[in-house]
Amino acid sequence: MVGADDITTPAGVAPDRLFKYWLIVPAIFLLLLVGLFPLIYSLIVSFQNITMMEVDTSFAGFVNYAQLFKDARLWEALLHTGLITIIALPLELVLGLLMAQLFLERMPGRQIFVSLLVLPTVIAPIVAGATWRLMFDHRYGPINQIIGWLAGEPTTLLWNVNPNLVYPAIFICEVWQWTPFMFLILLAALSNVDKSLTEAAEIDGAGYWRTFFKIVLPSIWPVMAIAILIRGLDLARIFDVIWALTRGGPGTMTETISIYTYVQGFQQFETSYTAAIAFLVIAMLTIIVVWAIRRMGLAK
Amino acid sequence: MNARPPFFRRPGIVLALRYAAAVALTVGFLFPVYWLFIISFKTPEEIFAFPPVWYPKSVQFANYAVLFKDGDAVTVWNSLVLAGVSTVIAMVLGTICAYSLVRFKTGGENLAVWIISQRMMPPIAIAFPVFLLYVFFGWVDSYHGLIILYTAFSLPYVIWMMRGYIEDLPLELEESALVDGLTRWEVLWKVVFPMVRSGLFATAVFTFVFAWNDFLFALVLTRTEVITYTVQVTHYFGGQSNFWAKIAAMSVLGTIPVFFTVAVLQRYLVRGISMGAVKG
Repeated sequence: MVGADDITTPAGVAPDRLFKYWLIVPAIFLLLLVGLFPLIYSLIVSFQNITMMEVDTSFAGFVNYAQLFKDARLWEALLHTGLITIIALPLELVLGLLMAQLFLERMPGRQIFVSLLVLPTVIAPIVAGATWRLMFDHRYGPINQIIGWLAGEPTTLLWNVNPNLVYPAIFICEVWQWTPFMFLILLAALSNVDKSLTEAAEIDGAGYWRTFFKIVLPSIWPVMAIAILIRGLDLARIFDVIWALTRGGPGTMTETISIYTYVQGFQQFETSYTAAIAFLVIAMLTIIVVWAIRRMGLAK
Repeated sequence: MNARPPFFRRPGIVLALRYAAAVALTVGFLFPVYWLFIISFKTPEEIFAFPPVWYPKSVQFANYAVLFKDGDAVTVWNSLVLAGVSTVIAMVLGTICAYSLVRFKTGGENLAVWIISQRMMPPIAIAFPVFLLYVFFGWVDSYHGLIILYTAFSLPYVIWMMRGYIEDLPLELEESALVDGLTRWEVLWKVVFPMVRSGLFATAVFTFVFAWNDFLFALVLTRTEVITYTVQVTHYFGGQSNFWAKIAAMSVLGTIPVFFTVAVLQRYLVRGISMGAVKG
């Protein structure tokens, strides 16, 4: 037995204790450069006072962090982000599950349908947003035209300006793009459910819903949890679709935390304050992510 | 005996209803894609016709020709270079790192969790400090700046996916290769890499698509020289007049490679997008 952790060293082969570290050094270096460095640098800059007007690198204390709590626009952006996440995520999940149920049993041509249905998911989100911008155009877009047919009179709804319609527009685009993602993953998960268990439950007289909640749901949960985690985090950092559809408008009505950070950093040039926001966001999400990964047993 | 089941339970009817639903869903989900493609082939008169024209009278490529003539199409080339080079680097570095994590348990579970949590960070929170760093280095609007960022951003995904593929490999081959006198690097290169090549290929394609589809990093870190197609698309949004034909044509140019990829990758699609949660 050579070194206990060195599992590929058979007897008679010289152990190479540094080899395993050489393998990870380049990757870890890059991850630190882009992962840890921003964390530290944000922290330092956030304690300074750099704005577009002046570069004041003296220690400014917690000014920027105090500012975070007084910044109503920031908390509204967080609220918008949270709302989008908790509304879009269940919609995508339930719709994806229904679609997966539809395609669960074999039918000729199923693979073709599945291949076509996943296309929205692989389109660049900014292109998805651009596409829906064209779809929602009040005059030349097909959405208003179709609504007009159904309503029986010409419609000119301003989807990306009207306060009552901007969120529905964002949800339609999001759900259109990401329901297929849920669908594809849940279809695979449902296909792997042990048929003999569901059949046994049916013989025992368990109804459809009972079978679903007692047998099907627990067995697809590990996969579903990861799908929820991936999508939930994507939604928490939503930027592209909103940038294409509304740019956070009208006013700041659809401004999410990513949009707001961008505006502060790259349009207002509030460097130190943006660093504080970035640090807040990183800290909040790190806690959620690490908790979720451990909770869901993803690391194993 | 054998009373006919109720109408909606008969197998033929059920199948017909499922087909009806499947067709309706597919049409609904693909219509926006159809609309995007069709606009790119329309003439300006057809694009700005009221009521909208549902299909173009003739397919014409003038909208694409303009992109190539004005030089805007070079942004697709930029996307290709950035996504391509960063994918190759991320695949090499990520795979050897994954090998170390699997075979030597380097860093234990904590390192693995840290790596995957890097993937979950919001890009804007990373982009801003990285932008400050790049201003300092003079790397803004350069190929290498974005390539480094894309590589680093892809690494957690590559490591995570390749970890799964390497775990599926039997140990014996590597051990006997070591006994036969190959060095460890040779084992990696001549034994491990060939055995995971389908996983490598699938992971590389997804890594490429993620970088290809990126918008935020490119928006923040490019100015004029290395603009990607995703940023270029947004340049056509105007306050008064949107350049619809250009938006559509540029979007289609950027989307066709991705659709092609998905068609090729059917078998790996679920494993790829679920980050390995579903092993296909």
